[in-house]
Amino acid sequence: MSEINVQRRQFLKMSMGVAAVSIAPGIFLFDMAHGKADANKVRWGMLIETANCAEGCNDCVTACNTENGLSGGVNSTDSQWIRKIEIKDISTGRETSLPMMCQHCEHPPCVDVCPTGASFKRADGIVLVDKHLCIGCRYCMMACPYKARSFVHEPLQNQNPDVPRGRGTVESCTMCVHRIDQGQQPACAVACPNKSILFGNLNDPDSEIATKIRTVASAQVRADLGLNPGVRYQGL
Amino acid sequence: MLRLLSILAVLCLCIPAYATESSAIPKLDIGKGGECVKEPQWMRKNHMHLLTHQRDEVVHKGVRDDKISLKNCIECHASTKDDSVIARDDSFCVACHRYEAVKLDCFECHSGERKSAWLKRNSK
Repeated sequence: MSEINVQRRQFLKMSMGVAAVSIAPGIFLFDMAHGKADANKVRWGMLIETANCAEGCNDCVTACNTENGLSGGVNSTDSQWIRKIEIKDISTGRETSLPMMCQHCEHPPCVDVCPTGASFKRADGIVLVDKHLCIGCRYCMMACPYKARSFVHEPLQNQNPDVPRGRGTVESCTMCVHRIDQGQQPACAVACPNKSILFGNLNDPDSEIATKIRTVASAQVRADLGLNPGVRYQGL
Repeated sequence: MLRLLSILAVLCLCIPAYATESSAIPKLDIGKGGECVKEPQWMRKNHMHLLTHQRDEVVHKGVRDDKISLKNCIECHASTKDDSVIARDDSFCVACHRYEAVKLDCFECHSGERKSAWLKRNSK
């Protein structure tokens, strides 16, 4: 009888030990869950200084077309990833010129409506279309409040090897993801003669863009929609 | 039973004859060629799996493994004459895919041209 009790005691001791060990991985897993913050270390964004954006200057649009192999609007149905718009406050007569493109929202409506999962947001905040999954339904084009997306109507040839594009899919500004992955800046930011487009990591408190949006007033277009775009405008 | 066996025997004899007849593999322009990922027979059978895996990694995670990227394949296998894997009937991708009757839709979006050649042509 006492022998059995000893065994029982040993068993209890052992199981206590096992429990203690299993708590350790539990704690480890808890830390891993916290580690998700690492995934949010990078959020690419842009700050556009509208005061420096010259009226009639189209350099960012041209650079985008060249980089991504867009025609620049030869046909009425051709894709447009970035466009220059001129706006005027009717009551004061103040005119502003600014580039408009995919705003790379934190909560992108295009991703919400996509029936195939082709529209998605990368971990670093860039909103993209996976053209392998896109069926060309164009729901995302209707959902986007910025009219940022285009549908490719005609067969294409001579694409940039870094920027695959093809008929039957929806496309938009990729923030030059192929350049970013190589540590370069987007083509429009490089091309702007007035340095109006500041590109950088919004989540790095020491980055130039994060410092600037902390110190100067900037606005998001249609901030009322609560989409938290990654592209912000200064002097709007 | 004997008849069935004899039919089988005849069939067995036929198969090698048929196999040798159709085993004339297509002649293709392999470009610079070489073996950088795996040996050719393995690649013939499995290249599509590598490309599909690579494509999801790149598009969704931005993990660009240059070694197994389509661009890198094209870099070596594009013809030395016209810098393309799809331009002619005996081009690297076209020749086999036509022979096997497998639709080749990569190049509806992707460029089939060597990047250096594309850059040279488009920087003019």
